[in-house]
Amino acid sequence: MRLTCDVVIVGAGMVGAACALYASRAGLDVIVVDRGPVAGGTTGAGEGNLLVSDKEPGPELELALLSARLWTELADDLGDLFEYEAKGGVVVAAAAAELAALDRLADGQRAAGVRAEAVDADRLRDLEPYLAPGLAGGFFYPQDAQVMPTLAAAHLLRVSGARLSAGRTVTGVLRGADGAVRGVRTDRGDLHAPAVVNAAGTWGGELAALAGVRLPVLPRRGFVLVTEPLPRRVRHKVYAADYVADVASDSAALQTSPVVEGTAAGPVLIGASRERVGFDRSFALPVVRALAAGATRLFPFLSDVRAVRAYLGFRPYLPDHLPAIGPDLRAPGLLHACGHEGAGIGLATGTGQLIARVLSGQAPELDLTPFAPERFTEEAV
Amino acid sequence: MNPLEWAGARPGPAFAVTFDGREIEALPGQTVAAALWAAGVRSWRTTRGEGRPRGVLCGIGVCFDCLVTVNDRPNQRACLVPLRPGDAIRTQEGTGHHD
Ligand SMILES: Cc1cc2nc3c(=O)[nH]c(=O)nc-3n(C[C@H](O)[C@H](O)[C@H](O)COP(=O)(O)OP(=O)(O)OC[C@H]3O[C@@H](n4cnc5c(N)ncnc54)[C@H](O)[C@@H]3O)c2cc1C
Ligand code: FES
Repeated sequence: MRLTCDVVIVGAGMVGAACALYASRAGLDVIVVDRGPVAGGTTGAGEGNLLVSDKEPGPELELALLSARLWTELADDLGDLFEYEAKGGVVVAAAAAELAALDRLADGQRAAGVRAEAVDADRLRDLEPYLAPGLAGGFFYPQDAQVMPTLAAAHLLRVSGARLSAGRTVTGVLRGADGAVRGVRTDRGDLHAPAVVNAAGTWGGELAALAGVRLPVLPRRGFVLVTEPLPRRVRHKVYAADYVADVASDSAALQTSPVVEGTAAGPVLIGASRERVGFDRSFALPVVRALAAGATRLFPFLSDVRAVRAYLGFRPYLPDHLPAIGPDLRAPGLLHACGHEGAGIGLATGTGQLIARVLSGQAPELDLTPFAPERFTEEAV
Repeated sequence: MNPLEWAGARPGPAFAVTFDGREIEALPGQTVAAALWAAGVRSWRTTRGEGRPRGVLCGIGVCFDCLVTVNDRPNQRACLVPLRPGDAIRTQEGTGHHD
């Protein structure tokens, strides 16, 4: 492998893969480095919902809409390979107050370009025949889609043509006398490049520290419960209204709200828990129980279905729940593309395209100010 | 040589279970997979996508390749589930659920 290139991307997760794809398409020579295998981080430990429905109007929603459009474009050629399904999302409310909150959210989202259709209580079961009776109503979001994240990361990397160096740990960021980034040091030698992209996900703070800059990325643990394979009984991505509130919440305590989706392979995936417990990998039965209880409230048939396993992952979150995307003024040549919390699969394509634009000196499609990596420097460490 | 002899095992008396209606013999403590193997059966499931035959792969409950229907309950791991007298094992097709 030649040891120089135009850009080194650290991290072969979904975000690194998307950065590699768009940077290569922009004509750049790219090397992707990961200490583990492709998708061995959070990308291989989450789910693959591409959602606009759960995002409040603002910069994250704009990034989600850009990303959704790019996912559809990619899916034209590659969709079958990574199980892309434009299935749409259904958000349900158990009571009138929740429904009113969803209604307000949908109004704001529509103004930002989201399609959201109100669904009356008696029509919910036309969309989802196995839903519990007695729900107050809901909303259908046709732009919500799904991919299989590991396959998506692998195929985006493959078609990018970028060189991949897996099983190689970045141990330092090289900087010249002028402070500019010159590449990375790894456990298997240096890689020289005038630009380095930090796509290290939950470990993005550590990578930033190697370059001498602070980026407070922290882990937010999530469990997923996996059922035995079933015939298609859950057609859309279905979740309860309280999920939106949990996603936006700042609480460190355990939160669970039911999120249910079928997969191309047959198993139903049940999420989503959120806890801030560091990198604790121990199994937590109470969390998984709460997930199962929430899911059976939405879909009573699940109570007769066998859960075959559970897994967990660590969402990379930043204090204001927005990712860090763009150049770091404190370390010229360093760009960040990390901290996407529970939406890094969905937001990967837009992130990759924004990064590629910056790398090739073009104006990015969105204003990067809200994602500026330096925005946390004022706070106490 | 019979593996029971290697291990010096002295299981209790054999009992009968059925596989797709045919009677086969099982020993106390034996798993579904072990009894099927002893009866010369190596595959008892077809895959959901292409209908390919499947049986034991890992043998220790990790891979979920050995799924089988026992007493009308699909998707049980043959390599883990111990047999009881009279159990009805059935070949599982696809998800094992009918809709
Ligand atoms: C339970 C759960 C459910 C989720 N559901 C969804 C969902 O439905 N939709 C969605 O969009 N998102 C979801 N997410 C979030 C999503 O999984 C993440 O946001 C996304 O995977 C982050 O991707 P990434 O590429 O930034 O990070 P990662 O996939 O973690 O990749 C970072 C990579 O960097 C590598 N790395 C780190 N440090 C170094 C180093 N020093 N040297 C070399 N390599 C290094 C790591 O090995 C890793 O492979 C979920 C997350 C969880 C936990
Ligand atoms: S053979 Fe692997 S789980 Fe049974």
